[in-house]
Amino acid sequence: MSARTIRNPDLTDQRPELVRLERRLLLRHGLSLGALSLLTGCNLHDGDAVDRVLWAMSRWNDRVQAALFNPNRLAPTYPESAITDPFPFNAYYSEAEIRTVDTAAWRLELSGLIADKRPWSLEQLRALPQVSQITRHVCVEGWSAIGKWRGVPFRTFLERVGADTSARYVGFRCFDNYSTSIDMATAMHPQTILALDYRDAPLPPKYGSPVKLRVPTKLGFKNPKYLAAVFVTNDYPGGYWEDQGYNWFSGS
Amino acid sequence: MVTTIRDNKGALPIAKQAGATRPLIVRITHWVNAFAMTCMILSGWRIYNASPLFPFTFPPWATLGGWLAGALAWHFAAMWLLVANGLLYLAYGLFSGYLRRTLLPLTRDQLWQDFRAALTLRLKHRVGVYNTVQRLLYIVVLLLGPTAVLSGLAIWKPVQFSPLTTLLGGYDTARLVHFVAMAGITGFIVIHLTLVILVPRTLLSMITGGSRQNHATEARI
Repeated sequence: MSARTIRNPDLTDQRPELVRLERRLLLRHGLSLGALSLLTGCNLHDGDAVDRVLWAMSRWNDRVQAALFNPNRLAPTYPESAITDPFPFNAYYSEAEIRTVDTAAWRLELSGLIADKRPWSLEQLRALPQVSQITRHVCVEGWSAIGKWRGVPFRTFLERVGADTSARYVGFRCFDNYSTSIDMATAMHPQTILALDYRDAPLPPKYGSPVKLRVPTKLGFKNPKYLAAVFVTNDYPGGYWEDQGYNWFSGS
Repeated sequence: MVTTIRDNKGALPIAKQAGATRPLIVRITHWVNAFAMTCMILSGWRIYNASPLFPFTFPPWATLGGWLAGALAWHFAAMWLLVANGLLYLAYGLFSGYLRRTLLPLTRDQLWQDFRAALTLRLKHRVGVYNTVQRLLYIVVLLLGPTAVLSGLAIWKPVQFSPLTTLLGGYDTARLVHFVAMAGITGFIVIHLTLVILVPRTLLSMITGGSRQNHATEARI
């Protein structure tokens, strides 16, 4: 495994985040009183110390997962007959609140360590080479579903726009106010794609129209839908769920 | 500790474990495991509740983590303690002969005899010496522990450890295996704690190491 050649997420980058977040996040919703007193024999005022340990362990797990990540190992693929129908909708809001855009006017904005920051239209993305995959989407909640996505290999796109692929992170902002970020090694993985189609038809609003990032080597919440902007950075970008205490790397 | 007792003719040596003391490392790993396993099971229940496999959920008051992210943080922190401690215990148990001494032999006839005695509450209990029903239960739980860990790894990393996931029947089946292993371990804990309540002296021996002269301290349960 060539994990050592890939820069692992560095704790020092995240320290300001750590200090800012640790106090309010991981167990913000509280340990159950019974469980806490059972396990630690302490009162709830010690929640902060417990949080710090859990947060540090989550950062340790980021490093372990980056080391385990094999850039050449492909996620298992499945036949068409294995596709989950209907593929579930999942977001931090309900299906009734799905946001849509005029796909003709939509542009993908670029920023950060990218040479050519001109925005991309859907038409331009469709003109790039496309690949297809039938892979398993694994949700952090435990359920999974198999779907078929087609789109531009993200590596091709990053190279095309002159992204600094030695940078640590690629961040994503979405027009539904979602955000997330991934490590560069995962961004360069052959199965990480800017998905434009779902089951051979343009991505419907339910699945992230017009463009979502499909990353079969990560949990579902690291697969942002409704993309609006991509940025490349060496500063830990966090994300919607990550900032609330979900493990950042969340690899599969 | 194994004491060899010979009959008065000095003919057949009868290996007998007489109130064996519990090695310090066994006592330490037992309590570390008790803590880590409790963390794993209670946080696992909260994770299960996010997407139940069966038509029931665990009562939130019995879970650890407060919400899904907290439960996952507990689960993936405690797993290191559980695995490191478990490996230490197994390495000691296998290489020192401790497991072989305390859990074997296990014969079907003796098992049946002890099982009937246990059901009629006539099974003798000596601290540090396991009857065959106990031996069987300990062997089963020693297999369930690694099963829980391996199936957990299979659903944690279905891509990086895809051969393991495939070996366990795929993601969904591995998830089921993980649940069943948890259920088995939980069942063991219920029996284990019930027996400790019935014979509280065993709790003391797991703390202090137990007495070397407890031939007389037999209990019937």
